[in-house]
Amino acid sequence: MSVFHYLPLTEREREEMLRDMGLVSVEELFTDIPEQVRFAGEMNLFPPLSEAEVEKHLGYLAAQNYNLKDYICFLGGGIYDHFLPAVVQHVLGRSEFYTAYTPYQAEISQGVLQAIFEYQTLICRLTGMEIANASMYDGATAVAEAAVMSCGTTRRGKVLVSRSVHPSYRRVLQTYFEARDLVLEEVPMQEGSLDREGVEARVDDDTAALVVQNPNFLGMLENYEGLAELLHGKGAKLVAAVDPLSLPMVKAPADYGADIVVGEGQSLGNPPSYGGPLLGFYAARQEFARRMPGRISGQTVDGEGNRGFVLTLQTREQHIRRERATSNICSNQALNALAAAVYLAAVGPRGMEEVASLCLQKAAYAREKITSLPGYRLAFEGHYFKEFPVVLPGPPGELNRRLLEEGIIGGLDLSEYYPELENTALVCVTEMRTREEIDKLVSRMEGWK
Amino acid sequence: MRKKKNLLFEMGRSGRRGSSLPSCDVPEKPVEELLPAEMRRREPLDLPELSEGEVMRHYTELSNRNFGVDSGFYPLGSCTMKYNPKINEEVASLPGFAFLHPLQEDDTVQGALKLLYLVEQELKEVTGMERISFQPAAGAHGELTGLMIMLAYHRSRGENRRKVLVPDSAHGTNPATITMAGCEAVEIPSDGRGLVDLETLKKNVDEDTAGLMLTNPNTLGLFEEDIDEIARVVHDAGGLLYYDGANLNAIMGYVRPGDMGFDVVHLNLHKTFSTPHGAGGPGSGSVGVKKELVPYLPYPLVEKVEKEEKNGKEKYYWNYDLSHSIGKIHSFHGNFAVAVKTYAYLRTMGAEGLKQVSRDAVLNANYLMNRLKKSYYLKYDRTCKHEFVISVRNLKKSYGVAAADVAKSLLDYGFHPPTVYFPIIVEESLMVEPTETESREALDRFADAMEQIARQAEKDPERVKSAPHTTVVGRLDELTAARHPRVCWSPEE
Repeated sequence: MSVFHYLPLTEREREEMLRDMGLVSVEELFTDIPEQVRFAGEMNLFPPLSEAEVEKHLGYLAAQNYNLKDYICFLGGGIYDHFLPAVVQHVLGRSEFYTAYTPYQAEISQGVLQAIFEYQTLICRLTGMEIANASMYDGATAVAEAAVMSCGTTRRGKVLVSRSVHPSYRRVLQTYFEARDLVLEEVPMQEGSLDREGVEARVDDDTAALVVQNPNFLGMLENYEGLAELLHGKGAKLVAAVDPLSLPMVKAPADYGADIVVGEGQSLGNPPSYGGPLLGFYAARQEFARRMPGRISGQTVDGEGNRGFVLTLQTREQHIRRERATSNICSNQALNALAAAVYLAAVGPRGMEEVASLCLQKAAYAREKITSLPGYRLAFEGHYFKEFPVVLPGPPGELNRRLLEEGIIGGLDLSEYYPELENTALVCVTEMRTREEIDKLVSRMEGWK
Repeated sequence: MRKKKNLLFEMGRSGRRGSSLPSCDVPEKPVEELLPAEMRRREPLDLPELSEGEVMRHYTELSNRNFGVDSGFYPLGSCTMKYNPKINEEVASLPGFAFLHPLQEDDTVQGALKLLYLVEQELKEVTGMERISFQPAAGAHGELTGLMIMLAYHRSRGENRRKVLVPDSAHGTNPATITMAGCEAVEIPSDGRGLVDLETLKKNVDEDTAGLMLTNPNTLGLFEEDIDEIARVVHDAGGLLYYDGANLNAIMGYVRPGDMGFDVVHLNLHKTFSTPHGAGGPGSGSVGVKKELVPYLPYPLVEKVEKEEKNGKEKYYWNYDLSHSIGKIHSFHGNFAVAVKTYAYLRTMGAEGLKQVSRDAVLNANYLMNRLKKSYYLKYDRTCKHEFVISVRNLKKSYGVAAADVAKSLLDYGFHPPTVYFPIIVEESLMVEPTETESREALDRFADAMEQIARQAEKDPERVKSAPHTTVVGRLDELTAARHPRVCWSPEE
């Protein structure tokens, strides 16, 4: 028999334990499984490996991938190559955090409950909102839950979503809405940004909310002056998906009247991890406190008056309310929320401004250089944060294959998501890209066609 | 024992920094040019200012106020709090996995796609399913995906079935998911054995039944012996069978959901397959389906080409072409890192190891149940699987000591308590799941503590009712927290 070093029971102990119960064979504990459904024989799985072999085998699989530590990345589209301070991984490595379950027993879970409470506060400060939850699965599901919550609070059945919102978010929204027979209507783009007239034409008495994204999927900063007033006038909510790393410089969603603010928080201290685990953040105005999905940590006291934290407003949740819960979410992305909190604590307010400024300036530099090359132009005029759509002299796939040979992962081919945007790439430049790397990209793009 | 702890917002000094960034190496433009005034943030960002050392010490202090599986025995029923192997963490953090962008071309992530392909092959064999999607990020997310698949299947046959049956012993996520999916939950009571009441089930299935959601073994830790008949009843009415995989740890190698008649399953990779729960996530609620439901899975799925024409090599790619797909359920491909850890675990254990896992999990649970039933009430006194439910009702009746009091008392003995007040069909319940990674000594120490608490409840009930006494804070007032929510910090007045 192989050695399984996660299993402490010895053969002798197993026998003794069985004997204590008056049993001879462990199989006697499985006689309640009816013969006709039993699995005969042994499962056809890979034979067990030692730890050394597992390490080697997975190392070999990992080595077959082109990773962002080795390649220069200009790919964004919702997941970003931002700097991860070493302290984040060291906090996450504390196994009192990562090997814990959801903090149901508050008195021995003060660490994570306080960390979540602090995370909620940090998200509120970034977004200008009044309440935030402990996390959602990712940006897309945060958007979907915000739309569903809007329908619930307004008792309406239709949500509008801007075509400038991340295509995956819109697709997940559609999946959630189709199951529930809720209506989802897309508002077209006008020059790469939300078409305001399209909103006016579509918002009606059954509209629960409009979902927008800022900066939008194309990297463009949208101007929402008067938008919330328009929606609120019709009794509808404004749901804004935002990039948290833009917020040190870009207007807080609270200041343009957003009611619910969601987004992808991977940029805050989490590696891209091939798209998961991610961090959906979810914040709202106080009026939604008892309609929010997800865990919420709240401050309280013990019998002696000591401050402590507990999971609160639990009557919204599935384990109490069952079929009347506001959402079915149970496990979320707590460890990723912890990473975000540590990131924000370490980078601090001035560091956050610097990250945002570096993204803004470096992307502007790259944009100017690329669009001044013959055959290249910006797809839409406007203000951009760290991504921008460039019309190329040929298909992005072809260019990217060439860039890959030079150690560069190029921008995203937008035609897959927006068929109307032919030969257009979404180029992303974060604070990680040096001038030298940007110049290298530009020189390889020059004269490519 | 009581120990105060500052919040981040009560620490630091203006001007301190906890990380450094490179200076700008491109010519800078005036900010107004890039970001017009009406788009700019009005108030400067208000965050704490701390040095790196202060940040690390703050979180180290917080970690010392937290309890994980690595801290001690954690018999939280239904959560399968087994040891989280360290090699899994190591391999998942390799740059070749952790630093991949989900929108990279398939050619540049062949190792990742191969891993997903292989972990799917392994889990198909464990569950008896045809295909598996890793998009759902948690158990409840998997449940929602599974129900959406079932509804889409019925709709494609011109049936708008909207009733989903669920036992009264089910996890809260089951009925909540049914509502999320726009369906109606119909609760089926448990019978005297603690199993699904077959007669009531038969009365409740009809042409509007989309399916039945079932956990097997159920949340009492009991195997649903009538599963064959249950499956027949639901299938005969045109419904589908959904398997909640929360309790798969009990039966690996003994019986597979697919062979029991289940059409859809979700797996909690963070339970059965040893990946850590992260204090509330990330987990993974991967969904597997039988052959006829494959076209309804979320897109894309990983496919393999045995020999590519141009070079004769194997190749893996994402296939977006699923005829009846419910669409996407996650921004990208789900919690990939959790799949990496699952794969490492599967390769470590193999078929023989997984079966031994289930054997030991069931042995440990029965051993502990037999010890605890001497001092606590066991409503369903029969062989359990990986977990069991005992009741504190006798202590409650005699001394006013409730399940919550016993749970809080356990904190003083250095144990994480069992799940309390669930399942709801047992009064004053404690749901105990020891898992296979606990030694006999750990089980004995826990049983000793439980017996001592029962004795103390008799001698000095107030001591038990005022527990915990040794934790950093005393028993916390949840009621006030809910009535006057303070969920965002502001300076004390």
